[in-house]
Amino acid sequence: MRTFRISIIGFGAVGQGVARSILSKQEYLNKQGIDLQVVGISDSKGCEINETGIDIEAALLRKKQKGSVAVGSGNGLDIIRDVEHDIVVEVTPTNIKNGEPGLGNMRAAFGSGKHVVTSNKGPLALHFSDLKELAEDNGLFLRYEATVGGAVPIFNLVHEALAGNTVIGIEGILNGTCNYILTRMSDERMPYDLVLKEAQELGFAETDPTYDVEGIDSAIKLVIIANSVFSQAATYKDVDVTGINKITPEALELANKNDYVVKLVCEAREGKLTVAPRLVPKRHPLAVGGTLNVASILTDLAGRITISGKGAGSIETASSILSDILYIVRNSKS
Amino acid sequence: MVHFQNQSKSLSTSLIKLINHLCIVGDMIVSMTLELKDIPGQLVLALSPISEFHGNIMSVIHQHDEKTPRGTIPVQIRFEIEHQVLDKLIERLEKSGVKVARVGEERLRSTVSVILIGHIVHSDMGDTIDKIDSTGFAEVVDMSLSMPAIDKTSSAYLVINAVGEKELSTALDIMREVANKKDLLMIEPIHMNSVGA
Repeated sequence: MRTFRISIIGFGAVGQGVARSILSKQEYLNKQGIDLQVVGISDSKGCEINETGIDIEAALLRKKQKGSVAVGSGNGLDIIRDVEHDIVVEVTPTNIKNGEPGLGNMRAAFGSGKHVVTSNKGPLALHFSDLKELAEDNGLFLRYEATVGGAVPIFNLVHEALAGNTVIGIEGILNGTCNYILTRMSDERMPYDLVLKEAQELGFAETDPTYDVEGIDSAIKLVIIANSVFSQAATYKDVDVTGINKITPEALELANKNDYVVKLVCEAREGKLTVAPRLVPKRHPLAVGGTLNVASILTDLAGRITISGKGAGSIETASSILSDILYIVRNSKS
Repeated sequence: MVHFQNQSKSLSTSLIKLINHLCIVGDMIVSMTLELKDIPGQLVLALSPISEFHGNIMSVIHQHDEKTPRGTIPVQIRFEIEHQVLDKLIERLEKSGVKVARVGEERLRSTVSVILIGHIVHSDMGDTIDKIDSTGFAEVVDMSLSMPAIDKTSSAYLVINAVGEKELSTALDIMREVANKKDLLMIEPIHMNSVGA
């Protein structure tokens, strides 16, 4: 049995999803000779540390009942620096202004010899190449499947399954909120404002929807794709962004009559990065509805490969994180 | 063809000015219906002049069992050929006993659909269409307009045709610029749609 010690930095929806997945997959992992031990968990109020393995069930219950996992006063950075372990699961909220606290956490992890698995878009959108370099210089892994497309394994697909292919372009729908709004507007012929309100009530859209509907979230994800897939040192400023807030139900109806749907499409092609509403033929693989995400990858050898799935959700995102953890377990020398 | 939803709003038709085709020099796509005698060797007789005039045959539909009342066999041919030699080709075909029943030019072979959202009518729709039509290589060939209320933004679905892909891309560039200037949101089709799909 190989034991890998893990910390979960950030214990919101994604962090708790990771904890739940590790708990529910224990037998599956043991059968493969892998023992994942969570030795540190932190949230905004404090942390729990146990070098012989935290009782995950109790930690989840405490979070549910008290609103925090904290039994001690330390923060994520303390766990990363002071507790001996192998993999830091960095799942603090995305901060697109300066990437913190995720950026500092990741740097500290690499500085102290720990691999990083993350769903945090901020640090990667701002400092992708620095972080990648820092990881490589220290012989460590930086894995970030969960940053783009939730459960949809875009980076694994491109880097592992499609290895040897040159990617010509990528088109995708990477924001479930926008996809939900456009799908509802089109299906129910409802105006934008009304559907947005509905999405907010259902929890599909934030109280401040700007980040989603103006295409900012999609653009950040596209930046990570550009860096990871095209080795393009792109930042948010390089993306030409148009949101969905000006779209009318009449436009969607006209599109529908002519066998199109309108989707907020992210596009990386010929060095150009664009997020904009686009006409997608109804039968095209990109024409997925509801909150689904989709990515269509055009390659020289394999042609077009399209994958779709759930772009958000606690367990769905944890699926990508668990997959990244297992990648490190299988490929690291320690 | 131009459709209007919400006919109740009076909309001056003078807004929509469709400019006549300009004559294009260069290659063109021709669809032709020929009538052949029902004897062996007629198809070769019909096709070889097209090759001789450096035409590029794109499709041939030969319906041997569907005879015309005259007892001839109709053949539909689509080919690309230089504009100037078309008359000579027809003359040659007629001389060799092949009847040319119909000749049609398919000038605009590339097509794209876009949606515009904004104050389309108040920002001079005629001028928007003109900007494309006046290029000579592209035209707005279809348009549907939807105006929900006078103070609300309108939406329009436009089909633009052009003589080739390069010209279509230029037409889209022009449209983008116009939309930008008039503060209209332009929704284009996804780009990789036709490639490797």
